[in-house]
Amino acid sequence: MSINFKNIFFLSIFLIGCSDNPLNSPYSENTTGENILYSSFQERPKHLDPVRSYSSNEYAFLAQIYEPLFQYHYLKKPYELIPLTASKLPDIKYLNNELKITKNYNEVQYTKYILNIKKGILYQNHPAFYKENGNYYYHALSNKDLANINTLKDFKKESTRELIADDYIYQIKRLADNSNHSPIAGVMQEYILGFNEYKEKLSNLENQNSKDKIDFMKVNQISGIKKIDNYTFSIILKKQYPQFVYWLAMPFFSPMPWEADLFYNQKILKNKNITLNWYPIGTGPFKLTENNPNLRMVLKKNENFRGEVYPSLKDKIENKKLISINKEKVIPFIDKAIFSLEKEQIPRWNKFLQGYYDNSGIASDNYDQAVSLDSSGDISLTEELESKGIHLSMATAASTYYIGFNMLDNTVGGNSVRSKYLRQAISLAIDYEEYISIFTNGRGIVAQSPIPPGIFGYQDGIKKYNQTLFNMNNQRLVKKTIRDAKLLMKKAGYENGIDINTGKPLVLYFEATGAGADTYSFLNWLRKQFKKIDIQLVTRVTDYNRFQEKMINGTGQIFQWGWNADYPDPENFLFLLYSKNGKVNYSGENAANYNSEAFDELFIKMKNMKNSPRREKIIDKMLSIIQEDCPWIWGFHPKSFSLSHGWVQNVESNLMANNTLKYKKISIKEREGNIKIWNKANFTLLYVLLFLFISLIVSVFIMIKKKDKEKAYD
Amino acid sequence: MINYVIKRFLYAIPILIGVNLLTFTLFFVVNSPEEVARLHLGNKRVTQEQIISWNEQRGYNYPLFINQSEQGINVIKKTIFYEKSLKLFYFEFGISDSGRDIKYDIKQRMWPSLAIALPSLLVGLMLNITFALFFVFFRSTRVDYIGVIICVALMSISSLFYIIGGQYLISKLLQLVPISGYSQGYEAIKFLVLPVLISVIYGIGSGTRWYRSLFLEEIEKDYVKTAKSKGLSEASVLFKHVFKNALIPILTGVVVILPLLFLGSLIVESFFGIPGLGSYTIDAIQSQDFAIVRAMVFLGTVLYIIGLILTDISYTLVDPRVRLK
Repeated sequence: MSINFKNIFFLSIFLIGCSDNPLNSPYSENTTGENILYSSFQERPKHLDPVRSYSSNEYAFLAQIYEPLFQYHYLKKPYELIPLTASKLPDIKYLNNELKITKNYNEVQYTKYILNIKKGILYQNHPAFYKENGNYYYHALSNKDLANINTLKDFKKESTRELIADDYIYQIKRLADNSNHSPIAGVMQEYILGFNEYKEKLSNLENQNSKDKIDFMKVNQISGIKKIDNYTFSIILKKQYPQFVYWLAMPFFSPMPWEADLFYNQKILKNKNITLNWYPIGTGPFKLTENNPNLRMVLKKNENFRGEVYPSLKDKIENKKLISINKEKVIPFIDKAIFSLEKEQIPRWNKFLQGYYDNSGIASDNYDQAVSLDSSGDISLTEELESKGIHLSMATAASTYYIGFNMLDNTVGGNSVRSKYLRQAISLAIDYEEYISIFTNGRGIVAQSPIPPGIFGYQDGIKKYNQTLFNMNNQRLVKKTIRDAKLLMKKAGYENGIDINTGKPLVLYFEATGAGADTYSFLNWLRKQFKKIDIQLVTRVTDYNRFQEKMINGTGQIFQWGWNADYPDPENFLFLLYSKNGKVNYSGENAANYNSEAFDELFIKMKNMKNSPRREKIIDKMLSIIQEDCPWIWGFHPKSFSLSHGWVQNVESNLMANNTLKYKKISIKEREGNIKIWNKANFTLLYVLLFLFISLIVSVFIMIKKKDKEKAYD
Repeated sequence: MINYVIKRFLYAIPILIGVNLLTFTLFFVVNSPEEVARLHLGNKRVTQEQIISWNEQRGYNYPLFINQSEQGINVIKKTIFYEKSLKLFYFEFGISDSGRDIKYDIKQRMWPSLAIALPSLLVGLMLNITFALFFVFFRSTRVDYIGVIICVALMSISSLFYIIGGQYLISKLLQLVPISGYSQGYEAIKFLVLPVLISVIYGIGSGTRWYRSLFLEEIEKDYVKTAKSKGLSEASVLFKHVFKNALIPILTGVVVILPLLFLGSLIVESFFGIPGLGSYTIDAIQSQDFAIVRAMVFLGTVLYIIGLILTDISYTLVDPRVRLK
């Protein structure tokens, strides 16, 4: 049959004319009326394998598919862990050096976590599970089998199986496999009994062929991990580590069926980019049905999902089990979620305003269009957005951004009184209130210490505050003045910025990354802050690789860095200043290389404690030590602002929980009605342009005819 | 002619080696494999052990050019230069630093690039030639002067202005097409209208001026004067004689860029969310995925050389006086 392009063209015009979908709709008309949530993502996820994935843009997808044992209660603050696939919170036993249960605290050498999982949980349908005549159908594929296969969807036969304890154990073994480059392997080898030995065994395997390795992992066990039955297993830790349970709520500890690992490790599938890193397999409420991170990612309801109840603030834990108030299993509310890649901020924002995205963040360029400050300083939405029924939700992130001093540096580092006064003076000079107002549109709060709000031990600046830098004046926290800073400079031997020993002006160096306009305005601002106390600041802008190198070698002097919490415990922030985590000596996360015996001693005590008034006291002491030593200039904790349309329900700001898609609900009729009203095509200008174009053609034609007749040749 | 083409392909080999050496030096001397590994493993909790393992897995643990610990041909073969650069010569692009097969991705992503580039080229060509002929017809008149001024103005405006302005006017104010996105099949049309329109408008200024100068050069030739003296009208001289003869440089100019159409446009694809090779390259540069950048630079060079050879061949086709030796 021949293709008549003229007919196709007119047919397209006719169809567009008949279509109920607005002309500027980026979605297919077939999706009208479907229970879909539309959103966008800015950066394509690099890894979707839970063993590797460690960033929020990856968790946005991964956490909806994979299910670790525990999750954060969606509504409760402070954050509370509740069972997810586990039937209850873990039973924790303390063991002596003979691995026997002891109640004597002084004898405790090991901790044993006994973990139970719910029965009857099924994986999403997947070709890796499909068997014929007792054999896995797709576990030994040939090039011929793959002739018409380009994505996972092309496999015609699928099956499922029940989640069992072995799947969690198998994933922990994958964490130990060096070739998977798990970022938490280093942490786990410090705690899980036998993890390191297992890791070495895997590295020393003669044949690193994937199949042999998987066979080895199926048969050989990590000495500290034991399967008790199909639904129970235990993990022995080499020491006490109460924060371990938080790790069990992260995607790293998601179950992984060995069948999937074997399936995806076939080289011919890898050549077609069909890998575990690209096509997740989980038990969660959603499955990834389209993975094109260069265009869109589509999550669809997992037909095998067991269902969950919507949480309530009245939910409680009794005998380690979650007692839910709501009884009806309604989660997930939506059938599908479509995430479109939107790298540029202008189209992303406009599509949100047109109603094509259900939610959005607020970029600096759109801040004034979105948010206004009323006379009392409260933040509210602008009239334009309010008239569209858009909601604003705000939350302070469990993160901190700071400027660090390299404590190994001769001038700003060390434990001498002189350098301490210098650091204190600089900390006083830098006005983070101003920084927040200029560079983050007011979206942040000044930090008193590394611990952000919502985390146990946080100093709110009212009852508890940084006494080195602030004074309480008539119940108001006031930062000490530049005069105080100059006095400290004098005490440090740098009066008027001149080094008393050398007679030369004090010059300090700031290591910066990035080369955008924002970086240069920040550096200018920073130079002015140092100038307040007569210090000349030289900024050294470099790329991220060079910056990392300087930090690893300890050759930088002052730098800016940040930290996002892995879990809501003060240990996850205070360990950033523990000497055994020093960047230069131990390749750890203590980028300032801070070293204080008193702080270390308290840290070791505090880290294994449960939250209690005693723990709080110790944290207060630790904070007062670092607040006096000032290894960091306590920067700010960012506030996250997010917008959602009125038709999106159950929007709560829980920045620890990643698996929140299942709670979202959409009023489809309201969305479609509004989209139609907001997106009526305007043809007026088009008609005017068309008229002008025709007039132009006619006049050109006349002009040509006229000139041709004149025969006025050159 | 076959000999000539073979000779040209052989000449291309040292060019390709040179380009390869240059990109290799830029990527591996400026950034050591350890730095590349650190970048890809992320910011948090990266250990030296992981860096070593990552490098081993991707073959970055070999020496750069000569492996003195090996014997025979392996002295050359077991080096980063051989593994990462020389294999490109038989189109083995390998695995990207993020772990995906590059050849597969290129095959997938060249079509959306072509979907924008081809209509932009054809429509642009038609419009630019039409405008150029029009201005030449009215040469040395006010119409011509104003036309040239408009062309220069159009050329002076940044492409970003056209993109943002076009998105604002057509998609936001008039709400006629989606601001960004892409789809398969016929549905792709609504996403392609705006980027194609913007690409065409952006190219009008430079394109029209270039073709205008070609036509003006042609119109000064003796055969034109002869035709005019025979009493032919201005329009028939222009369209029947000048246009035909000026087609040679137009055709060769177009042929040289034909292979490059597959590579897409870096900015347009990024702003319109088109999953083509342009945005593939931009993403790779931003995430410092050197394996992809190397492959794309190599591919760009090969396609450009092919374009030049095709241009030479097209000369012989349109001008019988030209013979390739």
